[in-house]
Amino acid sequence: MLDFLKPPVAAIQDFFGLAGLALRNILRAPHYTDDIALQMDVIGVGSLPIVILTGFFSGLVITMQMSRALAQYGATGQVGQIVAITLARELGPVLTALLVAGRNASGIASELGSMKVTEQIDAMRALGTDPIQKLVTPRMIATAVMLPMLTIIADFVGLCGGFVIAYFTLSQTASQYWTNAYQALEYNDIVQGLLKPFVFAFIISLVGCFYGLRTSGGTQGVGRATTEAVVVASVWVFVITALITRIFVNLT
Amino acid sequence: MTAPPPTQSPRPSLLRMENVSVSFDDLTALALVSFEMQAGDTRVVLGAAGSGKTTLLKAALGLIKPASGRVFLFGQDITDLGEREMYDIRSRVGVLFQEGGLFDSITVAENVAYPLVNSKTQRLPVAEVDHRVEDALRFVELEHTLEKYPGELSGGMRRRVAIARAVVTEPPLVLYDSPTAGLDPITANTIMALIAKERDSQNTANLIVTQRYQDGQLMANFRYNRSSGQLEPISPNGSAANHGSNPRPTVFMVMKEGRMVFEGSQAELEASRDSYISKFVPKHS
Repeated sequence: MLDFLKPPVAAIQDFFGLAGLALRNILRAPHYTDDIALQMDVIGVGSLPIVILTGFFSGLVITMQMSRALAQYGATGQVGQIVAITLARELGPVLTALLVAGRNASGIASELGSMKVTEQIDAMRALGTDPIQKLVTPRMIATAVMLPMLTIIADFVGLCGGFVIAYFTLSQTASQYWTNAYQALEYNDIVQGLLKPFVFAFIISLVGCFYGLRTSGGTQGVGRATTEAVVVASVWVFVITALITRIFVNLT
Repeated sequence: MTAPPPTQSPRPSLLRMENVSVSFDDLTALALVSFEMQAGDTRVVLGAAGSGKTTLLKAALGLIKPASGRVFLFGQDITDLGEREMYDIRSRVGVLFQEGGLFDSITVAENVAYPLVNSKTQRLPVAEVDHRVEDALRFVELEHTLEKYPGELSGGMRRRVAIARAVVTEPPLVLYDSPTAGLDPITANTIMALIAKERDSQNTANLIVTQRYQDGQLMANFRYNRSSGQLEPISPNGSAANHGSNPRPTVFMVMKEGRMVFEGSQAELEASRDSYISKFVPKHS
């Protein structure tokens, strides 16, 4: 009767199976450090331009919008505070994660998917290497290291974007803006701002690998896997950010 | 003084399948297939697309778990082995995948070196790896492509690189999945000649899955002569010219919808009156 539930439940089970194996491999030899370095370059350095661009403009736009709202209370001086908190807690991690999901979850899914349909994954297993160890674990580690770093960069560049507006259109001084922004941030904000990208990293990389490795049906299947990976990874980013935010709101 | 006659030790079993069945969801891909291959055997598996040929090969390697039945590699039951326990056994088998299965993100040399560098049983110094890679590529006459990427090669060349990768560890058993699929007849013949050359110079056992009867025909009736460097037809009155080693008669096997519908010699295959089986044998004109 509940047959329609079987595929999604099986998929979730497979996903956690893959996640478990990938995590266990962190501690197991052999370690493919070359692959980790290569993936860090692709995922981290490769995403840098788009993350900087997006971070800067989101900071810019928040400041413009907020300054208008704050002007009603005559509190435009507090704009630095608002930009800092919004970026560090929510927008920095989520925007960066969405960009990396779009860029790298799709990249991972299509790369692994192509390898799957051309039997390279089978060849790997036949030649005595564990595809999870060789392909999944390095991507997971690389994303887990790079995404928090990208988020920090996005946060900082976003604050710079805010500063441009504060300085040129709100006529604030540099020290006024930066002091205001800096003093607004508490440890709580920093912790959740870094915990989020760390958790997102696992979701993005593992969802990308998961859909890539279960690709079937030739080139068309690769396209489908790529799309599914981006959609599913993005949705989970939103769900997880809501959960983490909820936990941290309760903590304070 | 005559040399003592070679003792006839029973040849070791390399691959044995016992009533192996595989199914994907509701589809039966293999049904109760049983056979055995011993050292030096050549077995040619014919069958239409979707008849379970590739599944058979993947089940033999433990890449697909059978729903029932048992698979033995080198006498060891691999049916219930975990993925990690299987790596060592698998690294003793050479495989050519359909379309080659080369890793397209690394160079030809790295591809061929892959089984040497990545398997746990083979720990070789770098110089030795390079040497073996060059040897393997020279064997397939592609030693000039070391630094190229698989994407830069033609279909036939890719297939040859894949053969080099399959045999670089000098495995006693090599599995070939449709080695000639999608190639023109001339390239296909070159590939088959290479496979026969590999078989006869290394005395490997071969399991060849193919749709082309000519592939099996070549394996069954030709032998590589090391001294002349040519493929020579096996003479009907024995083959003393071929280093005294009697070529084992090639066994043919026909698959239909996951079942083994024929197993026997080439003569028996050609004599078959079954409409499905005789489709694979070209009519004598």
